[in-house]
Amino acid sequence: MNNEKKRSLLRNGAVQTLLASLVCIVLGLLIGYVVLLIINPSGAGQAILNIIKNFMYYPSPIKAMQYFGSTLVKTAPLLLCALSVLFAYKVGLFNIGAAGQYVAGAGASLYFALGLHMPWYVCVLAAVVVAALLAMISGALKAYFNVNEVISCIMLNWIALYTVNMLLNNVKDASSPYTETLSSTNPGAMLPSMGLGALFANNKYVTIALPLSVVAAILVWILLEKTKLGFELKATGLNKQAAKYCGMREKYNTILTMAIAGGLAGMGAAFYYLTGMEQWAVTQTSVPGMGFNGIAAAFLGGLHPIGTVFASYFIQHITSGGAYVDKSMYCAQISDLISALIIYLCGFVFFFKIWLNRMLDRRDEKRAADKGKGGGK
Amino acid sequence: MLLLLQYTLIFASVLVLVALGGCFSEHSGVINIGLEGIMVMGALGGALMLRFLSPQLPRIVIIVLVILASVAVGMVYSLLLAVAAVNFNADQTLVGTALNLLGTAAAVVIVRAINMAEDVNNVSSTISYIQTKKAFLVRIGKFEMNWFMVIAVAALVISYVVLYHTKFGLRLRACGEHPQAADSVGINVYKMRYAGVLISGFLGGLGGIVYITAGVSEWKFENGVAGFGFLALAVMIFGAWKPVNIGLAALLFGMFRALSNVYTGFPFLVSLKIPSTVYNMLPYIISLIVLAFTSKRSKAPKAEGIPYDKGQR
Repeated sequence: MNNEKKRSLLRNGAVQTLLASLVCIVLGLLIGYVVLLIINPSGAGQAILNIIKNFMYYPSPIKAMQYFGSTLVKTAPLLLCALSVLFAYKVGLFNIGAAGQYVAGAGASLYFALGLHMPWYVCVLAAVVVAALLAMISGALKAYFNVNEVISCIMLNWIALYTVNMLLNNVKDASSPYTETLSSTNPGAMLPSMGLGALFANNKYVTIALPLSVVAAILVWILLEKTKLGFELKATGLNKQAAKYCGMREKYNTILTMAIAGGLAGMGAAFYYLTGMEQWAVTQTSVPGMGFNGIAAAFLGGLHPIGTVFASYFIQHITSGGAYVDKSMYCAQISDLISALIIYLCGFVFFFKIWLNRMLDRRDEKRAADKGKGGGK
Repeated sequence: MLLLLQYTLIFASVLVLVALGGCFSEHSGVINIGLEGIMVMGALGGALMLRFLSPQLPRIVIIVLVILASVAVGMVYSLLLAVAAVNFNADQTLVGTALNLLGTAAAVVIVRAINMAEDVNNVSSTISYIQTKKAFLVRIGKFEMNWFMVIAVAALVISYVVLYHTKFGLRLRACGEHPQAADSVGINVYKMRYAGVLISGFLGGLGGIVYITAGVSEWKFENGVAGFGFLALAVMIFGAWKPVNIGLAALLFGMFRALSNVYTGFPFLVSLKIPSTVYNMLPYIISLIVLAFTSKRSKAPKAEGIPYDKGQR
């Protein structure tokens, strides 16, 4: 009886997804550990523990709470980037451009805040709109010119990076390559905390961005699963011709999808840079990893908006945890390595599920055969 | 002008090599978005070899060893894609993206570990190879010829012959167009796809080392290869998956890339007072425009990106 129950649990799609994600995480960490062992065996165990512990590295609970808050602050933009990737993927588009849309959002929000002295809600809106417009270029190229969205997105990532560097050069701090701080130039552009910071030992960077990004995840889920528009978008993703035949505007849907995905990533950037936690370095020569980590979080979350919330936290947790490895032996990028490994392993999830089901089938068959034998006696 | 030609040729060499790599992989039916990561890994292998070889060695030894290192690392790395795409039916775009991220992350971790092992305070992700790099350069008057240019041309010719005038090439292309039909006449689709991906690893790795030695003598691995793998894919699409067209497309793209290095040498371009950032963006903008005009009637192999399923008809 007990066995019967366990079997049906393993058959459950959600359980399988969770199991697959856990396997990815464990394998990713394991390979990361092996890499650390190869670099320097003496501190590898401690280093991987520090990555997993992240803020719990601090013995004082106040300090730990504060750094927990900081990890959460960075989780919000990551979650929105992951939602951006997820949303596009559900509609059959691989939005690797989340990184560039994130850059565009950062540029727009910071320029509106520092250059035009706008209040925070205008800055957030600007980030969403600009990032959505950027993403729409990819969408339009895909819809009207059949340009592979992955390639156009990558090109736009670099174009966005150079443009934003050029734009933010106007609001740069005179003595450093960073943009001016929000607190000194325009405090009104900082996201309100609404007392949330007090929950995390007065971490002033904890703002309404956290609850809002979770709300965004829920909205994405509702949009995809519970509305006519979501159904149409998914249908377009599954089969463009069929969607067109059914009277759906497949080109419009493709562009709209990219716009929504871009808007999400742009909002993510605003939710991070408007906390004042980090300034933009106008000499940056590589696209920030947030959008790429979003891919990891989206797939690790089993491509479900709610799963993505937890996966984003996990990815950010180990990314932040990378800062606590012993710097005299290793570098913080080991976390990037682990999240890249996790993305790679996510490619095997589909196969894993098929294999699992086949195993279960075989076991059931064997059991049925045994039972048959037992009955014969 | 000569400088522009020189840079154009070297960047075109990179693009030709990598785009041909993509071409082989896609003709076998596997989309290789991970070329960027393969380039980084190949570059890493070659750069480490350049760094640890003594500049006193004979030229030909340095050249052969560096190329071998890049190619070997590129091929081993591309196996990650081959295993996932051919044996495990993984989403090729996803795995390719993972390879790109993994390539840069792994390269940074490895380079930093090596730098830190030598000097605890050296936490940079840069490898420099000023002396050994000279083995690749031959001065012809004012023109600095790089042996890689010759290799790129050779690769182009060989690729053309292999793809269109050998049994292997025909079989490879069949696997990208209609794998079931290929299988029905006794071609092992899995083997062919492995071959396609490994060749792309070979050429991608080679392209990586050419890129990081083009015009510079050290490389900061945190930057990866700055989207060059994707530019190569754009070249491949623009070249309609055909070697000769790819060669021409690479020249065009190479020129736009070279402009950002040498535009200051042209009084006419300097007088336009366009910020240097615009020149940096140019190759990406051009490739978007070119893709918009050439993707409509795509000549892509029909079965690319679809995992091969024996049971499907």
